[in-house]
Amino acid sequence: MQADLILFWVFAPISVASAIAMLVMRNAVHSALFLIVNFFCLALFYLILGATFLFAVQIIVYAGAIMVLFLFVIMLLGVDGREDLRERRLIAQRPVAIALGVAFVLEVTFAIRASIGFSALAPAGFDKVNEGGNAQALAKVLFSKYFFPFEVTSILLIIAAIAAMILAQRKSHAVTQAEMEAHNAAMEPVAPEPVA
Amino acid sequence: MSTPISYFLVLSSILFAIGSVGVLTRKNALIIFMSVELQLNAVNLTLVAFSRMHNSLNGQVLAFFSMVVAAAEVVVGLAIIVSVYRRIRSVNVDDAEALRG
Repeated sequence: MQADLILFWVFAPISVASAIAMLVMRNAVHSALFLIVNFFCLALFYLILGATFLFAVQIIVYAGAIMVLFLFVIMLLGVDGREDLRERRLIAQRPVAIALGVAFVLEVTFAIRASIGFSALAPAGFDKVNEGGNAQALAKVLFSKYFFPFEVTSILLIIAAIAAMILAQRKSHAVTQAEMEAHNAAMEPVAPEPVA
Repeated sequence: MSTPISYFLVLSSILFAIGSVGVLTRKNALIIFMSVELQLNAVNLTLVAFSRMHNSLNGQVLAFFSMVVAAAEVVVGLAIIVSVYRRIRSVNVDDAEALRG
């Protein structure tokens, strides 16, 4: 048994358990923290698979930036811990969803067994692909073959930033007459109580 | 590397299924959104595993792009949730059935 197999069997149960914990937690902050655990496990799997650059990006972008953004919004909205979990709209929505999820896993498992088999090891020679380091090799591919998509993603990020600013800005709506009167009534000085 | 590639694929299908069960059952928009992130990450794991299996970096490049798109998606999605919350004072998706932001 080699180190990567041990690492896999240690962190695969942790990643599944943290994903399930994220699902069943009532408090959104706890869910977010379990999702961070899950992202760290996935980063380790990238490391096992020889994708060292994606390992770093996973931790920096996902566990760092994206989850901080999530926690920021959860705390900004001040969502209270309790969530009403009664099923109101669809009958038996939860059992059907779980059954479909299990069916999906079984289907994919059978498909994998039919196509590549459970014991197919990765071919040797990935070191040659990663020549000069994973980041350098990835950069060579990214800035030659995928240069145009790379530039398009930069435009996408700018559009997303602008869209977020437009969506989140407070709209300066015109004040209606009724609102104005309500405001004036609230502001009217109250006559001081006569001192007994 | 002595871990078979299929282990990673089965693990990623389990994570994807957990994410989709979360999308289908939870009511809190933020947790639904986190489940979508979990699904995206499960697919990324598949891409990286296949990249290892085929001795090619194309899968890792695609995973990298999907991370960029996920980052953009999170920014816009959370802005939408904040803007919906301002109007209906709730992040429960059952309360937002009129879809007015």
